[in-house]
Amino acid sequence: MSEPSSIDLTFWQLLFAYVFIVILWIIVRVKGIPRQKLIVISTVRMTVQLVLVGYLLMIVFENPHPAITLVIVLFMLGFAIYNVYKRATVAIHISVKKTIALAMVLGISVSMAYFLFVVLQLDPWYEPQLFIPIGGMIIGNAMTGITLGVNQLLIGMREQKEKVEAALMLGGTPKEASNSIINEAFDSALLPTINSMVGMGIVFLPGMMTGQIIAGASPVSAVKYQIAIMLGVAGTVSITVVIFLHLTYKAFFNHRAQLKFSDD
Amino acid sequence: MALFRAENIKVKGIIEINKLEIPAQQIVCIVGKSGSGKSTFLRLLNHLDSPDEGTIFYQGENMQKMNPIELRRSITMVPQTPVIFSGSVEDNLKIGQKLSGIDVVNELKLKETLEKVFLHKSLDAPAEDLSGGEKQRLALARAMLLQADVFLLDEPSSALDSDTAAKVIDMFIEFIKTQNKSLIMITHDLELARRVADVTIEMDQYSKTSLNS
Repeated sequence: MSEPSSIDLTFWQLLFAYVFIVILWIIVRVKGIPRQKLIVISTVRMTVQLVLVGYLLMIVFENPHPAITLVIVLFMLGFAIYNVYKRATVAIHISVKKTIALAMVLGISVSMAYFLFVVLQLDPWYEPQLFIPIGGMIIGNAMTGITLGVNQLLIGMREQKEKVEAALMLGGTPKEASNSIINEAFDSALLPTINSMVGMGIVFLPGMMTGQIIAGASPVSAVKYQIAIMLGVAGTVSITVVIFLHLTYKAFFNHRAQLKFSDD
Repeated sequence: MALFRAENIKVKGIIEINKLEIPAQQIVCIVGKSGSGKSTFLRLLNHLDSPDEGTIFYQGENMQKMNPIELRRSITMVPQTPVIFSGSVEDNLKIGQKLSGIDVVNELKLKETLEKVFLHKSLDAPAEDLSGGEKQRLALARAMLLQADVFLLDEPSSALDSDTAAKVIDMFIEFIKTQNKSLIMITHDLELARRVADVTIEMDQYSKTSLNS
């Protein structure tokens, strides 16, 4: 298919889009909501970051190299791990930080390898045009899922301390005692992904699919990619969260199977 | 041989016990002021916590070296605030047996056990809807279905009216005696302790809390 003229915005077309931010800025100013500075900073940051990434990706795509692809994906992974730490609503002990990092590295590598090499069959395997954006989507979704799982597990263990100890008193193992909390955490981590699968195509068109269609791909081929991606995301979130939960519940118990919080 | 032997126990700022022996197959009552460390001591016996210093021996063996899960299957505990799991009365009775790795008894036996604690509820009643006192009796019934040798009860009748409390406690003591089990029970009711206890432990003498200093 030839490139439709509408896909490459001119400088002026892009500039017109900033009118939305100007309107937002005026509304906030008139209403006296103290967010003017934040709006300007976030708009500038978004613009600069995206322009830089655009040029960076252009260079990377034109000079494909396995090391560069891997470094970029590892950088995204590191940033995602850091983000999980930052977005937790309760303090995270160092041992839990370790299991978060381990679960994300393991879960994401395994499912990304399967997805890129078995499902998409990349050739060459480091093809940056697919490896990097798809890696980004998988890492981003795993990050969201694991953040929810971390919060639910840490809060659940504290709020249901009596229930966990009651199960121990009845002769249960730490795993049995934390089982319902582990399941709740898994549920809350996976639910957004499941919900978005249900609404997909009816309530909204996913970003990647929209992007492909705008770029001139046939909707049917865009849909095939989108389905594969959604399955990959659901799989990655589940694997990562399961690894995380099964490594982490143990951190709440000492070697005598006693429930202990790090700040006790 | 003593059932429990505590030697040079220290739990920082709460209790200090140089030597204490608790005999087997007896009704033991623990009494003392609030905050004197009664519940802390019971948690040590259930191995939910370990002392900061000292050793507790269970049937002559250092608890710290025993398998903690097997230990709690032999020494079960019912906390003061009963913990009810989601589901029915039946689910709550069965979960104890499942957690302690024993076969679940039949429906008839479950019903009999409910009768013993004077809880007149059907097995499929939602457990969350029970009153505080009913939950306390459900927790006792759940413990009675286990194959434990020692029962640690923390104020088992605190949410019951005095008539029901007396009936439930007498029934439980009868159960302990006929089955040749051991009971260690915290109570604030000195009259009850005087009436039923073979041995009474006054916690105040071991207490290190500011209340007693």
